Amino acid sequence: MSATVRIPTILRNYTGGVGEVSAEGSKLSEILDSLESSHPGIRGRILDEAGALRRFVNVYIGDDDVRFIGGLDAEVSDGARISIIPAVAGG
Amino acid sequence: MTAVLDTDFPTPQDVREGAFGNATHLVCRECREKTPLGPFYACTECFGPLEVGYDFPSVRREQIEAGPRSIWRYAPLLPVPADIATFRSTDPGFTRLVDARNLADDLGLRQLWVKDDSGNPTHSFKDRVVAVALSAARELGLQVLACPSTGNLANAVAAAAARAGIQSVVFVPRNLERPKILASAVYDTTLIAIEGTYDDVNKLASEIAAEEEGWAFVNVNVRPYYAEGSKTLAYEIAEQLGWRLPDQIVIPVASGSQLTKIDKGLTELIKLGLVEDKPYVIFGAQATGCSPVAQAYRAGHDVVAPVRPDTIAKSLAIGNPADGPYVLDVVRRTGGLVADVDDEAVVANIQRLARTEGIFAETAGGVTVGVTAKLIDEGVLDQEAETVVINSGDGLKTLDAIADKVGPKTTIPARYEAFTDFWKDYRP
Repeated sequence: MSATVRIPTILRNYTGGVGEVSAEGSKLSEILDSLESSHPGIRGRILDEAGALRRFVNVYIGDDDVRFIGGLDAEVSDGARISIIPAVAGG
Repeated sequence: MTAVLDTDFPTPQDVREGAFGNATHLVCRECREKTPLGPFYACTECFGPLEVGYDFPSVRREQIEAGPRSIWRYAPLLPVPADIATFRSTDPGFTRLVDARNLADDLGLRQLWVKDDSGNPTHSFKDRVVAVALSAARELGLQVLACPSTGNLANAVAAAAARAGIQSVVFVPRNLERPKILASAVYDTTLIAIEGTYDDVNKLASEIAAEEEGWAFVNVNVRPYYAEGSKTLAYEIAEQLGWRLPDQIVIPVASGSQLTKIDKGLTELIKLGLVEDKPYVIFGAQATGCSPVAQAYRAGHDVVAPVRPDTIAKSLAIGNPADGPYVLDVVRRTGGLVADVDDEAVVANIQRLARTEGIFAETAGGVTVGVTAKLIDEGVLDQEAETVVINSGDGLKTLDAIADKVGPKTTIPARYEAFTDFWKDYRP
């Protein structure tokens, strides 16, 4: 399964400045593994040392915040659009 | 007195000397990694929120008192240039601190003050934060002022941009209260209604902010500067009390930014020697239908699980509050807590504040007064302690909340007998 991942500005140094990349996987954790193999180092910015999503990063599959749909186990359908967004906005 | 950190960071290129006043850098609240001043809001190391660090000079009370009757009297404590008052802004702040004796009697408090921020130019505290964000946008050369908003912020951004003569684009949830939509649109802003919740709007804004150069999303990419504007609530409360700190403050919590920055402001006043050091307790107030921070407090968590909001207090309806973890830190450090009240209590306490003090608060004010009353009933709030509650906005923007609760006592023909017939049996 292939998904499109939108990369936030502060992680684009890992993607050569590109704002949208593709990744493979049927679960979010697999997508992140796929990202890591194409863009080494990027996963460690999204996950903390314990392997959990960092406190100040939001990940969406389509319009859904993954924290509502299973976190790293959230299912990713073929062609899904995934967004990684800093959480410190708004209010 | 030098209060914080160091001055290692140069002013960014193309930005004039003194553009950010005594601010020297941005620092991550999580990992303390430092970043130069610029349109940055998230730490490149850990995604943590960046906040402004300063190297404060000595600041005296007399110097502040001689300043303009607006937030710019506190310019040396904000990330703004020394000549900030010469630029076109809405010049917000210095709103009244109301000695609320009737409400104090009603609640059983010895001394209560209402910081009434409905008196700002667009009738909410948001004028404060937007004025500081506008300055940052101008100094950084950004040309479009923008925001995702629950309404009040959109009003403030649209008005500030109109006054500054720059373009604005505001994004709001489609289901917002009609007065808040109209009170943005009237400034001829580009108002874009989004089919979704505030959190959906916020996500979209973050995506746009990442792609559109030259845009200052006040509460996204210039959020570190924007947030500093809320410190002025703390400065004003202390100055209006005669340069001293209250014992306890009850503050509404949406993103949590206002609460954490009031705490930062009070801490700075102590560090700068502008007030005597003494303990204060901070309480956070949420509506039950959107109470992720109160829930996290009760559960003993230090992170906040997002919720899907369902409350009439739309200005507080942020299900994924950016500063939630820091609100928990502040209330726990000061000995306070975060509590919530349901929508029925919100409406009842809008009416209570209006009936007792002649202050018509928006739903957020009903939340704050409601939580104050609840914490008194539960024996949590110290009734002998000098208390301040924040009213962050104007009831005229949320008229629907009270529309079926108040109205004419009767409707009669325009004849004297009709009046006397009504009046002889009427008991207010």
